[in-house]
Amino acid sequence: MKILSVENLSRSFGGIKANDNISFEVEQGSILGIIGPNGAGKSTLFDLITGYTKADNGKVKYFEKNIFGLSPDKISNLGIGRTFQKLKPFADQTLLENVMIGAFVKEQNIKEARDKALEIIDFVDLIEKRHHFAKELSTGQRKRLEMARAMAIEPKLLLMDEVTGGVDQKTIPGLVELIKKLKKTGVTIITIEHNINIIMEISDNVLALDQGKSIAFGPPKEIQKNKLVIDSYLGTFNAA
Amino acid sequence: MESKLIAAKSEPLWNTNNKVISIVGALVVLLFTIPLFGLNSFYLHLFIMIFMHAVMAQSWNVIAGFSGQISLGHGAFFGIGAYATSFFYMQFGITPWISIFFGMFISAIFAVLIGIPMLRLSGHYFAIATLLIGISFQVVFQRWDLVGAASGLWVTMTPEDSWIALQFHSSKVPYYYVFLIFFLITFFVVWLLSRSKLGYRLRAVRDDPQAALSLCINVSNYKIIAYVISAMIMAPMGSLFAQYILIIDPDRVFNIEISIIVLLITVLGGIGNVWGPIIGASILIPISEYSRIYLGGTGGAVDLIFYGLILMIICIFRPNGLISLIPKDILERKKQR
Repeated sequence: MKILSVENLSRSFGGIKANDNISFEVEQGSILGIIGPNGAGKSTLFDLITGYTKADNGKVKYFEKNIFGLSPDKISNLGIGRTFQKLKPFADQTLLENVMIGAFVKEQNIKEARDKALEIIDFVDLIEKRHHFAKELSTGQRKRLEMARAMAIEPKLLLMDEVTGGVDQKTIPGLVELIKKLKKTGVTIITIEHNINIIMEISDNVLALDQGKSIAFGPPKEIQKNKLVIDSYLGTFNAA
Repeated sequence: MESKLIAAKSEPLWNTNNKVISIVGALVVLLFTIPLFGLNSFYLHLFIMIFMHAVMAQSWNVIAGFSGQISLGHGAFFGIGAYATSFFYMQFGITPWISIFFGMFISAIFAVLIGIPMLRLSGHYFAIATLLIGISFQVVFQRWDLVGAASGLWVTMTPEDSWIALQFHSSKVPYYYVFLIFFLITFFVVWLLSRSKLGYRLRAVRDDPQAALSLCINVSNYKIIAYVISAMIMAPMGSLFAQYILIIDPDRVFNIEISIIVLLITVLGGIGNVWGPIIGASILIPISEYSRIYLGGTGGAVDLIFYGLILMIICIFRPNGLISLIPKDILERKKQR
């Protein structure tokens, strides 16, 4: 079953086409990896899907419902969660409070929201840090915080922007395992990653972007062999 | 790991520090008994002003400290409250106890009308816009004959003390208790708000509106809700002040100084913290009142120099306000490191 269908989504900033007629579909319960060099339009695509930026034209269907033009809060209320490339924790609040704010979407009672938040914090392996202020956490921990906060709204579709970006090598495997663990809960994931090894390891399908255009879409093994992708992105990876 | 989760779930929801509860309880009892010690009218007036300004600053704390919107025209709601009570009492004989709610209701309506367009602005733009709104109210009331224009309203005085008319001529003690009870109710309501779902969501809006949107929070609506609550807290203080001095005019109740002092009190005490306005008012108001006594008139503006000086010191050494001097483990949940 298709959870998300994107059709001919476009967005220009002045003369620059950040996203140019992007189309793809995501199966429920799968992981779609999005790759592309810097400036390829990956984060803009997330902003268009989640309503943070208005698309010039195109369609975004979530379970066959057209969500094009809806505000970000309405889109998240439908069950689409997201994390941000530039982390946005509520810095002056504790980890627990951060996640509780997400938990309040489904829970009205403070204790229920607190307990649900604790379960999610436990899921992301940060239970001992629950009373730490977000600003006191390391980058890797803040990535987990954002994932936990997004999970608290009980999303069916989760968009994660560079989960492993900006963290040290030792932290990456743990985050990758967390993504896999998250998939097992049934959540559909779209993830932007620069680390091609990770994308190939976790994704069911990969969308490759370059200069705002979709240049390839398919299973990781096919993408690895795609000439356009190799020329624009994987060339360096393969050479290395 | 499971046992850690179970332990975490069994923690109390709030840090119920018995010392803090005991101190607050003792202070409340002390505040109720102070008039029994035969305080003269100046000290009663001083306490009344502290209670009033603490509530006004708490009102500002809701919009600025909880939702992050700096309003510089909050005096408008004080003025609306003052005029609502006096006008309905003088024109229709309605007791201030009821017209206090009229003032709150009218303030709430204006907060919505102002908030819908203004709260689309952010940061400095919102602050400047509210500054102009505050001044506009003063200008309108200065020219509005129905409410006495520039001369204002002289509240019809009762021959004797009256709880129904909320007028006490023989002693300030009844006023002291009325302001004290409003102060305690407001403090309790804002304390509950800070621990409610709404409080959590307002802080999310304050800390990062973009992230708040991703958590199904309609940022614009929540800003308006905060503005309305804030206005509804401010208005009763205008109403009570009008009954306290029994003469109101636009220069007094719509004065820009009202909007500035609530800001100063909150910043001094600690913005975004329920205790901040109480601490700030307990320090700034005595300075203001004493400078008026010793320097005459409006204190020769020395109080304003003090305000500026204190603000500079706070900004440099204690940007989180005087509340930050209190050890964190007393007011915040203990961290498990």
